[in-house]
Amino acid sequence: MSTLSADPQRLATPPTFQKVGAARRFKNGLATTLVWGSFLVAVVPLVWVLYTVVQRGFPVILDGDWWSKSLSGLLARQQGGGAYHAIYGTLVQGLVCGVISVPIGIMVAIYLVEYGGRSRLSRATTFMVDILTGVPSIVAALFVYTVWITYFGLGRSALAVSLALVLLMVPVVVRTTEEMLKIVPDELREASYALGIPKWKTIVKIVIPTALSGILTGIMLALARVMGETAPVLVLAAYAPFINFNMFDGPMASLPLLMVNERNNPTQAGFERIWGAAITLVLLITLFNLLATVISRALAPKTK
Amino acid sequence: MNDPVVAKRPAGSGDTGAVRGVAAAPTATEAPIPPTPEASETQTKVHVRPGDRIFRGLATGSGVFIVAIIGAIGLFLIVQAIPSLGLDNVNFLTSREWNTTDPANLRFGILDLLLVTVVVALLALLIAMPIAMGIALFLTQYAPRKLARPFAYVVDLLAAVPSIVFGLWGLFVLGPVLFPISTWLIDNLGWIPIFAKGNVNVQLGGTVFTAGIVVAVMILPIITAVSREVFERTPTMHVEGAIALGATKWEVVRTTVLPFGKAGYISASMLGLGRALGETIAVAVILSTATSSFGFSLFDGGSTFASKIALAAPEFNDARSAGAYIAAGLVLFVLTFVVNAIARSIVAGHKEYE
Repeated sequence: MSTLSADPQRLATPPTFQKVGAARRFKNGLATTLVWGSFLVAVVPLVWVLYTVVQRGFPVILDGDWWSKSLSGLLARQQGGGAYHAIYGTLVQGLVCGVISVPIGIMVAIYLVEYGGRSRLSRATTFMVDILTGVPSIVAALFVYTVWITYFGLGRSALAVSLALVLLMVPVVVRTTEEMLKIVPDELREASYALGIPKWKTIVKIVIPTALSGILTGIMLALARVMGETAPVLVLAAYAPFINFNMFDGPMASLPLLMVNERNNPTQAGFERIWGAAITLVLLITLFNLLATVISRALAPKTK
Repeated sequence: MNDPVVAKRPAGSGDTGAVRGVAAAPTATEAPIPPTPEASETQTKVHVRPGDRIFRGLATGSGVFIVAIIGAIGLFLIVQAIPSLGLDNVNFLTSREWNTTDPANLRFGILDLLLVTVVVALLALLIAMPIAMGIALFLTQYAPRKLARPFAYVVDLLAAVPSIVFGLWGLFVLGPVLFPISTWLIDNLGWIPIFAKGNVNVQLGGTVFTAGIVVAVMILPIITAVSREVFERTPTMHVEGAIALGATKWEVVRTTVLPFGKAGYISASMLGLGRALGETIAVAVILSTATSSFGFSLFDGGSTFASKIALAAPEFNDARSAGAYIAAGLVLFVLTFVVNAIARSIVAGHKEYE
């Protein structure tokens, strides 16, 4: 084409396709660089944090004692001991929270998708779920404090922590379940209705099982998230360096609480406890995330 | 990841219209007020089984429960804050003093907390907003298709790291790294008020500067996730039109993706701001408490609402002192409520995002 531009046969009109000007190319290149750069900038802290946690914490958790002993009877500067009391606390508080949140969350999602339609209550619920998603964990903890401790006069306990975590977990469960229920094809519901199956049975036997993989994935991710919450345990549970199996009474440790407690401990033992607990918590959360992936893989074909 | 801004198909799906096989479903999506299920049931005399009634009651009850919870949070915080507010010996809104050690002589005001909270959150937002937009554009427009999903997963991983871990990292690792930068800024730009020498020891790193950067990292995933959802919804026709006109990649983004996604991006940033305002433990761990009041320098210390409450919470034992913190919590709740409500209403006004 460029051969046409010989002077005698110069085109009357400029060619339709012009080369992109230098300024436009420069802007395009700059934008591309910035966009790629911003992604790299986000990866830096992630890698940095994970590297810090692994490098400092990994040697600590290799010790079998870490998983099987508590810090009972140890002084701040004494090395050794373990975090099983805190691991127990984190797991049990998370699980109790899950047991309460999952039914509520799923029922709210069922209401929104299957019953609510566009009614006023439905819109109010959607709005409130959005707001609840944004409630800071410290406010949730304070609320449970005002109800549980000031109003009912009950003591600080692991159960109170679980209740505060419920407030943080329910909106996440509602959101994921809602999304999953919405993608269940209407044909399935209609086929069930056509066979004379009551609506509630259709939901329980047809709609929920179809969406199960996604719902379980969401629950796992929500659990992973609440287990890392620190503010509620700080407000609602006292720390104990020993194991406490009782959810209803007495101080109970958890991994975040252990870290907060040891952060002002300048000794080598404190250093080991902080980062050991950090990597344990990250590992637990990773485990739940992996579990979520496994569940969604195992049950996925049903939704397709 | 699963944020509310994502597509909301009209939720008429499994409604009673489907039971009766009436062609109510398509019209229900357009009609502003579809007939209530109760009304239509009485018209056609559908027999409602007890199981249905119970299940419907449970589901509706759960919906009501959620609405009630939010109301209860506000109510309980107000009820328990009022007695302490009455005992307050200084002005709650304009005082910078916070002294609740003597329940008989409460002196607490939120001005300092409010300023520190807002400055930390704004700094975080200022850092996170452009980066989050870059990442969202990267994931939706620039990244190779096959790698977009794993890359998005990497960004979501940031949200999976517990905030206490971010806090400890900020205090022990990032703080010392920032120290030379901080001293350079103070020495060379100290005449600008925001870079002035602050009221805490810079060497310890417990400044608004460090806290803002860490919180920025923590709100990146939420802003990115929501912006990404919106950018992905850019109509293909717009993009193809721009390409057909000979636009470069950046011009496509600038003329189609950004105008389409602007409101969603602003809403996402508001959600991020809400998170930043309420971020508790990372800030509580990082910020050094200061004895003098906040002077608008990035190198000041202090406390935010959330960190103040978190650090004092284990010592709550007198209802009157606790009430002071509950009052602070109430202000934080109202603040985040307003920010989040604005964020949602921006998106609600844009039907094209659904």
